[in-house]
Amino acid sequence: MAARSQDLGFRLTTGAFAAALALIVLGVGVELVRQSWLSVEAFGFDFWRTSTWDPVAGDFGALPFIWGTLYSSVLALVIATPIALGIAIFISELCPAWLRTPLVFLTELLAAIPSIVYGLWGIFVLVPAVRTLQMHVPESLRALPIFSGPPLGVGMLSAALILAIMVVPFTSSVAREVLKAVPDAQREGAYALGATRFEAIRAALYFARTGIVGAVMLGFGRALGETMAVTMVIGNNPQVSASLFAPQYTMAAVIANEFTEAADELYLNALIEIGLVLFAITLIINGLSRLLIWSMARNTGASRARASAGEGVGA
Amino acid sequence: MNATAQRRLLSSLFVGACGFSVLVALVPLALIMFFVVSQGVQALNFDFFTSMPKPVGQAGGGMANAIVGTLMLSGLAALLAVPIGVISGVYLSEYPGTRLASVVRFASDTLNGVPSIVIGVFAYGLAVLPFKQFSTLAGGLALGIMMIPIVAKTTEELLLLVPGSMREGALALGATRGRAVRTVILPAALPGIVTGIVLALARIAGETAPLLFTSFNNRFFSTSLTQPISSITVQVYTYAISPYDDWHRQAWAGALVLITIVLGCSVLARLATARVSRLRTR
Repeated sequence: MAARSQDLGFRLTTGAFAAALALIVLGVGVELVRQSWLSVEAFGFDFWRTSTWDPVAGDFGALPFIWGTLYSSVLALVIATPIALGIAIFISELCPAWLRTPLVFLTELLAAIPSIVYGLWGIFVLVPAVRTLQMHVPESLRALPIFSGPPLGVGMLSAALILAIMVVPFTSSVAREVLKAVPDAQREGAYALGATRFEAIRAALYFARTGIVGAVMLGFGRALGETMAVTMVIGNNPQVSASLFAPQYTMAAVIANEFTEAADELYLNALIEIGLVLFAITLIINGLSRLLIWSMARNTGASRARASAGEGVGA
Repeated sequence: MNATAQRRLLSSLFVGACGFSVLVALVPLALIMFFVVSQGVQALNFDFFTSMPKPVGQAGGGMANAIVGTLMLSGLAALLAVPIGVISGVYLSEYPGTRLASVVRFASDTLNGVPSIVIGVFAYGLAVLPFKQFSTLAGGLALGIMMIPIVAKTTEELLLLVPGSMREGALALGATRGRAVRTVILPAALPGIVTGIVLALARIAGETAPLLFTSFNNRFFSTSLTQPISSITVQVYTYAISPYDDWHRQAWAGALVLITIVLGCSVLARLATARVSRLRTR
Protein backbone atom coordinates (compact mmCIF):
# COMPACT_ATOMS: atom_id res chain seq x y z
CA MET A 1 0.00 0.00 0.00
CA ALA A 2 2.83 2.37 0.91
CA ALA A 3 4.59 1.45 -2.32
CA ARG A 4 1.41 2.20 -4.24
CA SER A 5 1.06 5.67 -2.77
CA GLN A 6 4.75 6.28 -3.41
CA ASP A 7 4.20 5.36 -7.03
CA LEU A 8 1.34 7.83 -7.18
CA GLY A 9 3.51 10.49 -5.57
CA PHE A 10 6.24 9.85 -8.16
CA ARG A 11 3.76 10.14 -10.98
CA LEU A 12 2.32 13.37 -9.61
CA THR A 13 5.70 14.98 -8.98
CA THR A 14 7.17 14.18 -12.39
CA GLY A 15 3.80 15.03 -13.96
CA ALA A 16 3.89 18.46 -12.29
CA PHE A 17 7.24 19.27 -13.87
CA ALA A 18 6.03 18.05 -17.25
CA ALA A 19 2.89 20.15 -16.88
CA ALA A 20 5.10 23.16 -16.08
CA LEU A 21 6.72 22.72 -19.49
CA ALA A 22 3.33 22.81 -21.19
CA LEU A 23 2.27 25.81 -19.10
CA ILE A 24 5.28 27.80 -20.31
CA VAL A 25 3.98 27.65 -23.89
CA LEU A 26 0.56 28.77 -22.71
CA GLY A 27 2.23 31.48 -20.63
CA VAL A 28 4.11 32.82 -23.66
CA GLY A 29 0.84 33.18 -25.57
CA VAL A 30 -1.05 34.82 -22.68
CA GLU A 31 1.79 37.20 -21.87
CA LEU A 32 2.18 38.31 -25.49
CA VAL A 33 -1.54 39.01 -25.83
CA ARG A 34 -1.56 40.91 -22.53
CA GLN A 35 1.47 43.04 -23.39
CA SER A 36 0.30 43.89 -26.89
CA TRP A 37 -3.32 44.66 -26.07
CA LEU A 38 -2.98 48.45 -26.38
CA SER A 39 -1.84 48.11 -29.96
CA VAL A 40 -4.36 45.40 -30.82
CA GLU A 41 -7.17 47.65 -29.59
CA ALA A 42 -5.85 50.84 -31.18
CA PHE A 43 -5.20 49.54 -34.69
CA GLY A 44 -7.21 46.34 -35.04
CA PHE A 45 -6.77 44.68 -38.38
CA ASP A 46 -5.39 47.85 -39.97
CA PHE A 47 -2.12 47.07 -38.21
CA TRP A 48 -1.52 44.39 -40.84
CA ARG A 49 -2.72 46.36 -43.87
CA THR A 50 -0.97 49.71 -43.55
CA SER A 51 2.70 50.50 -44.04
CA THR A 52 3.24 53.67 -42.01
CA TRP A 53 5.68 53.01 -39.19
CA ASP A 54 5.95 56.31 -37.36
CA PRO A 55 6.82 56.00 -33.66
CA VAL A 56 6.83 59.79 -33.21
CA ALA A 57 3.25 60.20 -34.46
CA GLY A 58 2.23 56.96 -32.76
CA ASP A 59 1.05 55.45 -36.04
CA PHE A 60 1.96 51.81 -36.61
CA GLY A 61 1.39 49.59 -39.62
CA ALA A 62 3.26 46.32 -39.94
CA LEU A 63 2.73 45.42 -43.59
CA PRO A 64 6.38 45.95 -44.67
CA PHE A 65 7.63 43.63 -41.92
CA ILE A 66 5.20 40.86 -42.83
CA TRP A 67 6.13 41.30 -46.48
CA GLY A 68 9.85 41.17 -45.73
CA THR A 69 9.49 38.10 -43.52
CA LEU A 70 7.41 36.19 -46.06
CA TYR A 71 9.49 37.25 -49.08
CA SER A 72 12.82 36.36 -47.48
CA SER A 73 11.55 33.06 -46.07
CA VAL A 74 9.87 31.92 -49.29
CA LEU A 75 12.93 32.87 -51.32
CA ALA A 76 15.16 31.03 -48.84
CA LEU A 77 12.93 28.00 -49.10
CA VAL A 78 13.06 28.03 -52.91
CA ILE A 79 16.86 28.00 -52.72
CA ALA A 80 17.19 25.61 -49.78
CA THR A 81 14.59 22.92 -50.47
CA PRO A 82 16.16 21.24 -53.54
CA ILE A 83 19.58 21.30 -51.90
CA ALA A 84 18.26 19.97 -48.59
CA LEU A 85 16.34 17.16 -50.28
CA GLY A 86 19.36 16.33 -52.43
CA ILE A 87 21.48 16.02 -49.30
CA ALA A 88 18.87 13.92 -47.51
CA ILE A 89 18.59 11.57 -50.50
CA PHE A 90 22.34 11.37 -50.94
CA ILE A 91 22.97 10.56 -47.29
CA SER A 92 20.13 8.10 -46.76
CA GLU A 93 19.93 6.41 -50.17
CA LEU A 94 23.10 6.84 -52.15
CA CYS A 95 26.28 7.38 -50.21
CA PRO A 96 28.59 4.60 -49.04
CA ALA A 97 28.23 3.72 -45.35
CA TRP A 98 31.64 5.06 -44.34
CA LEU A 99 30.77 8.51 -45.69
CA ARG A 100 27.43 8.73 -43.90
CA THR A 101 28.60 9.63 -40.39
CA PRO A 102 31.02 12.38 -41.45
CA LEU A 103 28.42 13.93 -43.77
CA VAL A 104 25.76 13.91 -41.08
CA PHE A 105 28.27 15.49 -38.72
CA LEU A 106 29.14 18.24 -41.19
CA THR A 107 25.51 19.14 -41.92
CA GLU A 108 24.80 19.17 -38.19
CA LEU A 109 27.72 21.52 -37.78
CA LEU A 110 26.04 23.91 -40.18
CA ALA A 111 23.02 23.90 -37.85
CA ALA A 112 25.20 24.41 -34.78
CA ILE A 113 26.92 27.61 -35.94
CA PRO A 114 25.41 30.48 -33.93
CA SER A 115 23.18 32.89 -35.81
CA ILE A 116 25.41 35.83 -34.84
CA VAL A 117 28.39 34.17 -36.56
CA TYR A 118 26.33 33.78 -39.74
CA GLY A 119 25.46 37.45 -39.44
CA LEU A 120 29.06 38.54 -38.96
CA TRP A 121 30.15 36.47 -41.95
CA GLY A 122 27.19 37.86 -43.88
CA ILE A 123 28.17 41.49 -43.25
CA PHE A 124 31.83 41.11 -44.18
CA VAL A 125 31.83 38.35 -46.83
CA LEU A 126 28.39 37.71 -48.30
CA VAL A 127 27.17 41.31 -48.57
CA PRO A 128 30.22 42.51 -50.57
CA ALA A 129 29.85 39.44 -52.80
CA VAL A 130 26.19 40.22 -53.47
CA ARG A 131 27.12 43.85 -54.21
CA THR A 132 29.65 42.67 -56.81
CA LEU A 133 27.08 40.29 -58.25
CA GLN A 134 24.56 43.11 -58.59
CA MET A 135 27.05 45.29 -60.44
CA HIS A 136 27.38 42.51 -62.99
CA VAL A 137 23.67 42.30 -63.66
CA PRO A 138 23.34 43.23 -67.35
CA GLU A 139 21.97 46.72 -68.10
CA SER A 140 18.99 45.29 -69.93
CA LEU A 141 17.80 43.40 -66.85
CA ARG A 142 18.18 46.28 -64.40
CA ALA A 143 14.94 47.82 -65.58
CA LEU A 144 13.05 44.80 -64.24
CA PRO A 145 11.46 45.40 -60.83
CA ILE A 146 13.17 42.41 -59.21
CA PHE A 147 16.65 43.68 -60.12
CA SER A 148 16.09 47.39 -59.53
CA GLY A 149 17.84 49.62 -57.02
CA PRO A 150 21.38 50.81 -56.30
CA PRO A 151 24.08 48.20 -55.52
CA LEU A 152 24.14 48.26 -51.70
CA GLY A 153 24.82 44.62 -51.02
CA VAL A 154 22.52 44.60 -47.99
CA GLY A 155 19.01 43.60 -48.96
CA MET A 156 16.59 40.81 -49.72
CA LEU A 157 18.94 38.53 -51.66
CA SER A 158 21.65 38.58 -48.99
CA ALA A 159 19.04 37.78 -46.32
CA ALA A 160 17.51 34.96 -48.36
CA LEU A 161 20.91 33.41 -49.12
CA ILE A 162 21.94 33.41 -45.46
CA LEU A 163 18.55 32.04 -44.44
CA ALA A 164 18.87 29.31 -47.07
CA ILE A 165 22.24 28.23 -45.68
CA MET A 166 20.76 28.13 -42.18
CA VAL A 167 17.61 26.23 -43.16
CA VAL A 168 19.29 23.49 -45.24
CA PRO A 169 20.53 21.42 -42.27
CA PHE A 170 17.10 21.50 -40.59
CA THR A 171 15.11 20.44 -43.62
CA SER A 172 17.64 17.82 -44.67
CA SER A 173 17.84 16.21 -41.25
CA VAL A 174 14.04 15.89 -40.95
CA ALA A 175 13.80 14.67 -44.55
CA ARG A 176 16.48 12.09 -43.77
CA GLU A 177 14.45 10.79 -40.82
CA VAL A 178 11.36 10.66 -43.02
CA LEU A 179 13.17 8.68 -45.74
CA LYS A 180 14.50 6.32 -43.11
CA ALA A 181 10.89 5.56 -42.16
CA VAL A 182 10.06 4.39 -45.70
CA PRO A 183 9.88 0.58 -45.62
CA ASP A 184 12.62 -1.12 -47.65
CA ALA A 185 9.93 -3.14 -49.36
CA GLN A 186 9.02 0.01 -51.32
CA ARG A 187 12.49 0.28 -52.82
CA GLU A 188 12.95 -3.47 -53.24
CA GLY A 189 9.62 -3.65 -55.03
CA ALA A 190 10.68 -0.92 -57.43
CA TYR A 191 14.05 -2.55 -58.11
CA ALA A 192 12.37 -5.91 -58.62
CA LEU A 193 10.27 -4.32 -61.36
CA GLY A 194 13.46 -3.19 -63.08
CA ALA A 195 13.48 0.41 -61.87
CA THR A 196 16.63 2.53 -62.09
CA ARG A 197 18.02 4.11 -58.96
CA PHE A 198 16.21 7.35 -59.71
CA GLU A 199 12.91 5.56 -60.23
CA ALA A 200 13.26 3.58 -56.99
CA ILE A 201 14.06 6.75 -55.03
CA ARG A 202 11.16 8.50 -56.70
CA ALA A 203 8.91 5.73 -55.41
CA ALA A 204 10.34 6.18 -51.91
CA LEU A 205 9.86 9.95 -52.15
CA TYR A 206 6.28 9.48 -53.26
CA PHE A 207 5.66 7.21 -50.29
CA ALA A 208 7.24 9.82 -48.00
CA ARG A 209 5.55 12.85 -49.57
CA THR A 210 3.59 14.05 -46.53
CA GLY A 211 6.66 13.77 -44.34
CA ILE A 212 8.75 15.64 -46.90
CA VAL A 213 6.21 18.46 -46.99
CA GLY A 214 6.40 18.49 -43.19
CA ALA A 215 10.19 18.76 -43.32
CA VAL A 216 9.99 21.69 -45.73
CA MET A 217 7.44 23.42 -43.51
CA LEU A 218 9.65 22.98 -40.46
CA GLY A 219 12.39 24.75 -42.40
CA PHE A 220 9.92 27.50 -43.26
CA GLY A 221 9.09 27.94 -39.57
CA ARG A 222 12.79 28.31 -38.79
CA ALA A 223 13.28 30.88 -41.54
CA LEU A 224 10.33 33.01 -40.40
CA GLY A 225 11.69 33.43 -36.90
CA GLU A 226 15.39 33.75 -37.65
CA THR A 227 16.58 37.06 -36.23
CA MET A 228 20.23 38.02 -35.92
CA ALA A 229 21.69 36.94 -39.25
CA VAL A 230 18.80 38.49 -41.16
CA THR A 231 18.86 41.71 -39.14
CA MET A 232 22.52 42.14 -39.98
CA VAL A 233 22.23 41.77 -43.77
CA ILE A 234 18.72 42.76 -44.87
CA GLY A 235 19.25 46.52 -44.64
CA ASN A 236 16.42 47.28 -42.19
CA ASN A 237 14.36 49.58 -44.37
CA PRO A 238 10.57 49.21 -43.97
CA GLN A 239 9.34 49.14 -47.56
CA VAL A 240 7.31 46.75 -49.68
CA SER A 241 9.50 46.13 -52.71
CA ALA A 242 9.75 43.27 -55.17
CA SER A 243 13.43 43.94 -55.77
CA LEU A 244 15.94 41.28 -54.73
CA PHE A 245 18.47 44.00 -54.07
CA ALA A 246 16.31 46.44 -52.09
CA PRO A 247 17.01 46.82 -48.38
CA GLN A 248 13.92 45.61 -46.53
CA TYR A 249 12.88 44.63 -43.02
CA THR A 250 11.47 41.58 -41.22
CA MET A 251 9.24 41.09 -38.19
CA ALA A 252 11.98 39.56 -36.09
CA ALA A 253 14.47 42.23 -37.16
CA VAL A 254 12.26 45.17 -36.18
CA ILE A 255 11.76 43.68 -32.71
CA ALA A 256 15.51 43.15 -32.33
CA ASN A 257 16.36 46.68 -33.48
CA GLU A 258 13.70 48.83 -31.91
CA PHE A 259 12.66 47.05 -28.72
CA THR A 260 15.08 48.85 -26.42
CA GLU A 261 14.29 52.18 -28.05
CA ALA A 262 10.54 51.89 -27.66
CA ALA A 263 9.97 54.70 -25.19
CA ASP A 264 6.20 54.90 -24.99
CA GLU A 265 3.80 52.14 -24.23
CA LEU A 266 1.95 52.06 -27.55
CA TYR A 267 5.24 51.67 -29.44
CA LEU A 268 6.26 48.76 -27.20
CA ASN A 269 2.82 47.18 -27.55
CA ALA A 270 3.02 47.44 -31.34
CA LEU A 271 6.38 45.65 -31.33
CA ILE A 272 5.05 42.95 -29.01
CA GLU A 273 2.04 42.49 -31.31
CA ILE A 274 4.49 41.69 -34.10
CA GLY A 275 6.04 39.14 -31.74
CA LEU A 276 2.59 37.74 -30.98
CA VAL A 277 1.84 37.18 -34.65
CA LEU A 278 5.26 35.64 -35.20
CA PHE A 279 4.49 33.30 -32.31
CA ALA A 280 1.06 32.42 -33.74
CA ILE A 281 2.43 31.76 -37.24
CA THR A 282 5.24 29.51 -36.02
CA LEU A 283 2.76 27.70 -33.74
CA ILE A 284 0.50 26.92 -36.69
CA ILE A 285 3.32 25.94 -39.04
CA ASN A 286 5.03 23.73 -36.48
CA GLY A 287 1.74 22.12 -35.53
CA LEU A 288 0.88 21.37 -39.17
CA SER A 289 4.30 20.00 -40.03
CA ARG A 290 4.36 17.75 -36.93
CA LEU A 291 0.93 16.52 -37.93
CA LEU A 292 2.14 15.66 -41.43
CA ILE A 293 5.29 13.91 -40.22
CA TRP A 294 3.31 12.09 -37.57
CA SER A 295 0.60 10.89 -39.96
CA MET A 296 3.28 9.65 -42.33
CA ALA A 297 4.99 7.78 -39.48
CA ARG A 298 1.66 6.22 -38.53
CA ASN A 299 1.00 5.09 -42.10
CA THR A 300 4.45 3.56 -42.24
CA GLY A 301 3.81 1.76 -38.96
CA ALA A 302 0.56 0.41 -40.34
CA SER A 303 2.08 -0.82 -43.58
CA ARG A 304 4.93 -2.40 -41.65
CA ALA A 305 2.46 -4.25 -39.49
CA ARG A 306 0.66 -5.39 -42.61
CA ALA A 307 3.89 -6.52 -44.20
CA SER A 308 4.89 -8.60 -41.18
CA ALA A 309 1.37 -10.07 -41.00
CA GLY A 310 1.80 -11.10 -44.63
CA GLU A 311 5.09 -12.77 -43.82
CA GLY A 312 3.35 -14.71 -41.08
CA VAL A 313 0.81 -16.00 -43.57
CA GLY A 314 3.51 -16.98 -46.03
CA ALA A 315 5.41 -18.96 -43.42
CA MET B 1 19.06 6.43 -77.80
CA ASN B 2 16.68 3.75 -76.58
CA ALA B 3 14.38 4.10 -73.60
CA THR B 4 16.53 2.10 -71.19
CA ALA B 5 19.61 4.15 -71.92
CA GLN B 6 17.58 7.28 -71.43
CA ARG B 7 16.32 6.09 -68.07
CA ARG B 8 19.85 5.14 -67.03
CA LEU B 9 21.13 8.56 -68.05
CA LEU B 10 18.35 10.30 -66.12
CA SER B 11 19.19 8.17 -63.10
CA SER B 12 22.89 9.05 -63.23
CA LEU B 13 22.05 12.72 -63.64
CA PHE B 14 19.83 12.52 -60.56
CA VAL B 15 22.53 10.81 -58.50
CA GLY B 16 25.00 13.44 -59.67
CA ALA B 17 22.63 16.25 -58.71
CA CYS B 18 22.22 14.83 -55.19
CA GLY B 19 25.97 14.56 -54.73
CA PHE B 20 26.36 18.08 -56.07
CA SER B 21 23.87 19.48 -53.55
CA VAL B 22 26.02 18.07 -50.75
CA LEU B 23 28.98 19.99 -52.15
CA VAL B 24 26.85 23.14 -52.49
CA ALA B 25 26.00 22.97 -48.78
CA LEU B 26 29.58 22.31 -47.74
CA VAL B 27 30.93 25.37 -49.57
CA PRO B 28 29.36 27.93 -47.19
CA LEU B 29 30.43 25.79 -44.21
CA ALA B 30 34.03 25.83 -45.44
CA LEU B 31 33.87 29.56 -46.22
CA ILE B 32 32.45 30.45 -42.80
CA MET B 33 35.02 28.30 -41.02
CA PHE B 34 37.83 29.75 -43.12
CA PHE B 35 36.90 33.38 -42.43
CA VAL B 36 36.14 32.93 -38.75
CA VAL B 37 39.40 31.10 -38.12
CA SER B 38 41.65 33.26 -40.31
CA GLN B 39 40.17 36.58 -39.14
CA GLY B 40 39.66 35.46 -35.55
CA VAL B 41 43.17 34.14 -35.00
CA GLN B 42 44.63 37.55 -35.87
CA ALA B 43 42.74 39.24 -33.06
CA LEU B 44 42.74 36.46 -30.52
CA ASN B 45 45.36 36.63 -27.80
CA PHE B 46 45.68 36.21 -24.07
CA ASP B 47 44.39 39.73 -23.49
CA PHE B 48 41.12 38.85 -25.17
CA PHE B 49 40.23 36.61 -22.25
CA THR B 50 41.60 38.70 -19.41
CA SER B 51 41.10 42.38 -20.20
CA MET B 52 38.11 44.66 -20.53
CA PRO B 53 36.89 46.25 -23.77
CA LYS B 54 38.91 49.31 -24.80
CA PRO B 55 37.19 52.55 -25.83
CA VAL B 56 36.93 53.43 -29.52
CA GLY B 57 40.29 54.32 -31.05
CA GLN B 58 42.41 52.19 -28.75
CA ALA B 59 43.52 48.91 -30.24
CA GLY B 60 43.49 45.71 -28.22
CA GLY B 61 41.42 45.00 -25.18
CA GLY B 62 39.29 41.96 -24.63
CA MET B 63 35.99 40.52 -23.60
CA ALA B 64 36.65 39.38 -20.03
CA ASN B 65 33.33 40.79 -18.84
CA ALA B 66 31.40 39.25 -21.74
CA ILE B 67 32.98 35.83 -21.18
CA VAL B 68 32.01 35.91 -17.49
CA GLY B 69 28.56 37.11 -18.55
CA THR B 70 28.02 34.24 -20.99
CA LEU B 71 29.16 31.75 -18.33
CA MET B 72 26.74 33.20 -15.76
CA LEU B 73 23.83 33.36 -18.19
CA SER B 74 24.39 29.76 -19.33
CA GLY B 75 24.72 28.64 -15.72
CA LEU B 76 21.43 30.26 -14.76
CA ALA B 77 19.77 28.74 -17.82
CA ALA B 78 20.98 25.27 -16.80
CA LEU B 79 19.75 25.84 -13.26
CA LEU B 80 16.26 26.39 -14.63
CA ALA B 81 16.26 23.94 -17.53
CA VAL B 82 18.01 20.86 -16.16
CA PRO B 83 15.52 20.03 -13.37
CA ILE B 84 12.42 20.82 -15.44
CA GLY B 85 13.81 19.21 -18.59
CA VAL B 86 15.15 16.02 -17.01
CA ILE B 87 12.11 15.39 -14.81
CA SER B 88 9.74 16.08 -17.71
CA GLY B 89 11.80 13.64 -19.77
CA VAL B 90 11.42 11.04 -17.01
CA TYR B 91 7.65 11.56 -17.00
CA LEU B 92 7.47 11.26 -20.81
CA SER B 93 9.41 8.01 -20.86
CA GLU B 94 7.72 6.47 -17.79
CA TYR B 95 4.14 7.34 -18.76
CA PRO B 96 4.38 7.61 -22.55
CA GLY B 97 0.74 6.84 -23.33
CA THR B 98 -1.00 9.33 -21.06
CA ARG B 99 -2.88 12.35 -22.36
CA LEU B 100 -0.59 14.68 -20.42
CA ALA B 101 2.41 13.07 -22.13
CA SER B 102 1.09 13.83 -25.62
CA VAL B 103 0.23 17.39 -24.59
CA VAL B 104 3.69 17.90 -23.10
CA ARG B 105 5.40 16.35 -26.11
CA PHE B 106 3.52 18.70 -28.42
CA ALA B 107 4.23 21.69 -26.17
CA SER B 108 7.90 20.80 -26.07
CA ASP B 109 8.13 20.57 -29.87
CA THR B 110 6.27 23.86 -30.14
CA LEU B 111 8.50 25.62 -27.63
CA ASN B 112 11.51 24.36 -29.55
CA GLY B 113 10.14 26.00 -32.69
CA VAL B 114 9.24 29.36 -31.13
CA PRO B 115 11.64 31.99 -32.51
CA SER B 116 14.27 32.96 -29.95
CA ILE B 117 13.38 36.63 -30.28
CA VAL B 118 9.82 35.85 -29.15
CA ILE B 119 11.19 34.03 -26.09
CA GLY B 120 13.12 37.24 -25.43
CA VAL B 121 9.91 39.30 -25.59
CA PHE B 122 8.27 36.85 -23.17
CA ALA B 123 11.16 37.06 -20.70
CA TYR B 124 11.09 40.84 -21.02
CA GLY B 125 7.43 40.94 -20.03
CA LEU B 126 8.03 38.54 -17.16
CA ALA B 127 11.32 39.68 -15.67
CA VAL B 128 12.26 43.12 -17.03
CA LEU B 129 9.06 45.13 -17.27
CA PRO B 130 7.86 44.60 -13.66
CA PHE B 131 11.24 45.70 -12.23
CA LYS B 132 12.06 48.30 -14.88
CA GLN B 133 15.55 46.85 -15.01
CA PHE B 134 17.51 44.69 -17.49
CA SER B 135 19.15 41.89 -15.53
CA THR B 136 21.26 38.75 -15.66
CA LEU B 137 18.29 36.88 -14.21
CA ALA B 138 16.04 37.92 -17.09
CA GLY B 139 18.65 36.78 -19.63
CA GLY B 140 19.11 33.47 -17.81
CA LEU B 141 15.35 32.99 -17.78
CA ALA B 142 15.12 33.52 -21.55
CA LEU B 143 17.97 31.10 -22.27
CA GLY B 144 16.62 28.59 -19.75
CA ILE B 145 13.20 28.52 -21.42
CA MET B 146 14.90 27.81 -24.75
CA MET B 147 16.93 25.02 -23.19
CA ILE B 148 14.06 23.14 -21.48
CA PRO B 149 12.58 21.39 -24.55
CA ILE B 150 16.03 20.30 -25.76
CA VAL B 151 16.88 18.72 -22.39
CA ALA B 152 13.43 17.13 -22.08
CA LYS B 153 13.68 15.56 -25.52
CA THR B 154 17.21 14.19 -25.04
CA THR B 155 16.29 12.75 -21.64
CA GLU B 156 13.17 11.07 -23.00
CA GLU B 157 14.99 9.56 -25.98
CA LEU B 158 17.88 8.28 -23.90
CA LEU B 159 15.67 6.80 -21.18
CA LEU B 160 13.74 4.91 -23.84
CA LEU B 161 17.03 3.30 -24.93
CA VAL B 162 17.52 1.73 -21.50
CA PRO B 163 16.62 -1.96 -21.88
CA GLY B 164 13.18 -2.81 -20.47
CA SER B 165 14.68 -5.77 -18.62
CA MET B 166 16.55 -3.39 -16.30
CA ARG B 167 13.33 -1.65 -15.29
CA GLU B 168 11.54 -4.96 -14.89
CA GLY B 169 14.39 -6.32 -12.79
CA ALA B 170 14.26 -3.34 -10.44
CA LEU B 171 10.48 -3.53 -10.12
CA ALA B 172 10.62 -7.32 -9.58
CA LEU B 173 12.99 -6.77 -6.68
CA GLY B 174 10.27 -4.68 -5.10
CA ALA B 175 11.54 -1.20 -5.94
CA THR B 176 8.95 1.52 -6.28
CA ARG B 177 8.74 3.29 -9.62
CA GLY B 178 10.59 6.32 -8.29
CA ARG B 179 13.33 4.20 -6.81
CA ALA B 180 13.73 2.18 -10.01
CA VAL B 181 14.13 5.40 -11.98
CA ARG B 182 16.54 6.96 -9.48
CA THR B 183 18.80 4.01 -8.84
CA VAL B 184 18.67 1.96 -12.04
CA ILE B 185 17.21 3.68 -15.08
CA LEU B 186 18.56 7.22 -14.76
CA PRO B 187 22.13 6.09 -13.91
CA ALA B 188 22.13 3.83 -16.98
CA ALA B 189 21.27 6.75 -19.23
CA LEU B 190 23.25 9.39 -17.35
CA PRO B 191 26.30 9.72 -19.63
CA GLY B 192 24.04 10.35 -22.61
CA ILE B 193 21.88 12.83 -20.72
CA VAL B 194 24.93 14.77 -19.56
CA THR B 195 26.17 14.87 -23.16
CA GLY B 196 22.79 16.18 -24.25
CA ILE B 197 22.87 18.89 -21.58
CA VAL B 198 26.36 19.97 -22.69
CA LEU B 199 25.15 20.20 -26.29
CA ALA B 200 22.11 22.20 -25.24
CA LEU B 201 24.36 24.56 -23.27
CA ALA B 202 26.61 25.03 -26.28
CA ARG B 203 23.60 25.91 -28.37
CA ILE B 204 22.10 28.47 -26.01
CA ALA B 205 25.50 30.03 -25.27
CA GLY B 206 25.48 31.07 -28.94
CA GLU B 207 22.08 32.80 -28.70
CA THR B 208 21.90 36.56 -29.17
CA ALA B 209 18.33 37.59 -29.91
CA PRO B 210 16.78 36.62 -26.54
CA LEU B 211 19.49 38.57 -24.69
CA LEU B 212 19.17 41.89 -26.54
CA PHE B 213 16.50 43.22 -24.21
CA THR B 214 16.76 40.93 -21.19
CA SER B 215 20.36 40.91 -20.03
CA PHE B 216 21.10 43.79 -22.45
CA ASN B 217 24.81 44.69 -22.35
CA ASN B 218 27.22 46.18 -19.85
CA ARG B 219 30.49 47.96 -20.56
CA PHE B 220 31.76 47.20 -17.09
CA PHE B 221 32.63 44.06 -15.23
CA SER B 222 29.61 42.77 -13.37
CA THR B 223 28.56 39.59 -11.65
CA SER B 224 25.37 41.03 -10.24
CA LEU B 225 22.21 39.05 -10.93
CA THR B 226 20.01 42.12 -10.90
CA GLN B 227 22.08 44.34 -13.19
CA PRO B 228 22.51 44.20 -16.97
CA ILE B 229 25.41 41.98 -18.03
CA SER B 230 27.52 41.63 -21.13
CA SER B 231 27.68 38.42 -23.17
CA ILE B 232 29.98 37.28 -25.97
CA THR B 233 27.17 37.15 -28.51
CA VAL B 234 25.69 40.59 -27.80
CA GLN B 235 29.19 42.04 -27.68
CA VAL B 236 30.00 40.51 -31.09
CA TYR B 237 26.77 42.01 -32.43
CA THR B 238 27.61 45.47 -31.06
CA TYR B 239 31.10 45.29 -32.53
CA ALA B 240 29.97 43.86 -35.89
CA ILE B 241 27.53 46.66 -36.66
CA SER B 242 29.94 49.37 -35.48
CA PRO B 243 32.01 51.31 -38.03
CA TYR B 244 35.41 50.70 -36.35
CA ASP B 245 38.05 48.30 -37.67
CA ASP B 246 39.42 47.56 -34.19
CA TRP B 247 35.96 46.50 -33.09
CA HIS B 248 35.47 44.35 -36.20
CA ARG B 249 38.63 42.47 -35.27
CA GLN B 250 37.26 41.91 -31.78
CA ALA B 251 34.00 40.65 -33.29
CA TRP B 252 35.86 38.03 -35.35
CA ALA B 253 37.79 36.94 -32.27
CA GLY B 254 34.51 36.59 -30.36
CA ALA B 255 33.05 34.57 -33.24
CA LEU B 256 36.06 32.28 -33.15
CA VAL B 257 35.57 31.70 -29.42
CA LEU B 258 31.87 30.92 -29.98
CA ILE B 259 32.60 28.51 -32.84
CA THR B 260 35.28 26.80 -30.77
CA ILE B 261 32.83 26.28 -27.90
CA VAL B 262 30.18 24.85 -30.22
CA LEU B 263 32.59 22.73 -32.21
CA GLY B 264 34.40 21.50 -29.10
CA CYS B 265 31.15 20.45 -27.48
CA SER B 266 29.87 18.60 -30.57
CA VAL B 267 33.15 16.74 -31.02
CA LEU B 268 33.24 15.81 -27.33
CA ALA B 269 29.63 14.69 -27.51
CA ARG B 270 30.40 12.58 -30.61
CA LEU B 271 33.30 10.91 -28.86
CA ALA B 272 31.26 10.30 -25.72
CA THR B 273 28.29 8.79 -27.55
CA ALA B 274 30.57 6.69 -29.75
CA ARG B 275 32.17 5.28 -26.61
CA VAL B 276 28.83 4.61 -24.94
CA SER B 277 27.50 2.74 -27.97
CA ARG B 278 30.73 0.72 -28.14
CA LEU B 279 30.23 -0.26 -24.51
CA ARG B 280 26.62 -1.18 -25.25
CA THR B 281 27.38 -3.44 -28.16
CA ARG B 282 30.12 -5.24 -26.28
